Amino acid sequence: MSAALLAAAPTTTYYLVLSAVLFAVGAVGVMVRRNPLVMFMCVELMLNAVNLSFVALATRFGNIDGQTAVFFVMVVAAAEVVVGLGIIISILKRRPGATADDLAELKG
Amino acid sequence: MEMLVFVLASAMVLAGAIGVVVRSNPVHAALSLVLTLFGIAVHFVALEAHFLAAVQVIVYAGAIVVLFLFVIMLLGVDKAEDLSIEPFPIQRPLAAVVGIGIAGLVIAAVVRGRDALQEGAPLDADGDNNIRALARNLFGDHVFAFEFTSVLLIVAVAGTVLLTRKSKKTAPDADGAE
Repeated sequence: MSAALLAAAPTTTYYLVLSAVLFAVGAVGVMVRRNPLVMFMCVELMLNAVNLSFVALATRFGNIDGQTAVFFVMVVAAAEVVVGLGIIISILKRRPGATADDLAELKG
Repeated sequence: MEMLVFVLASAMVLAGAIGVVVRSNPVHAALSLVLTLFGIAVHFVALEAHFLAAVQVIVYAGAIVVLFLFVIMLLGVDKAEDLSIEPFPIQRPLAAVVGIGIAGLVIAAVVRGRDALQEGAPLDADGDNNIRALARNLFGDHVFAFEFTSVLLIVAVAGTVLLTRKSKKTAPDADGAE
């Protein structure tokens, strides 16, 4: 990489592109993986991608509301992980080794 | 220098993200997630969001990933998963197409709209100022939402306890599976 490119400051567009790529990787993970725990981790990846674009735009436009939104996203993500892992625990206790494909059979 | 930080942190983020998707062992996936979350925290510092960087490390890398690892250990699912099983034959190519489509569309929109990012004034960059401004905003304009998050957390905790509680009358088979 050339020295001139390294001397430049990254613009908001760079952060938004990184955020888009991270979101896409997380989305592919949710679609491909079958372990419910790993699917949850991929959801966290997508949430973080959106957080990154929130913060980048908040910094760019001098509006702190974006950072407040990220704060709330983090709180909701923590609550979501707690509830989701509780559900996963109660499913996997009944059927050890269940994957996302088997969950349709787990009624009742 | 800023560009170097950006490139290194982005490499961390993307390497961790790809690790989460392709590592077959859930423990390795969780540790890759830590790498991604730290990379995002570095980006937050570079973007002058110091409070959120600290919260990112404490809440995400500290609490949420530990919770994931705890559940992995509790359930004993820390075995490598056979990734060669593909339940639907077309699932992975289709997922790749959708992923590339999402990334391509968003990047195209961002690149087309980059002129709009040139207007407006950037945030006043000062360490103390960030936390003060965030606190004013959070406890001023968004104080009701902030209070409702406490309700959300209580409901989440109570609901999780209720979900994972062993109920002897309704689910006798839950005990045997342990």
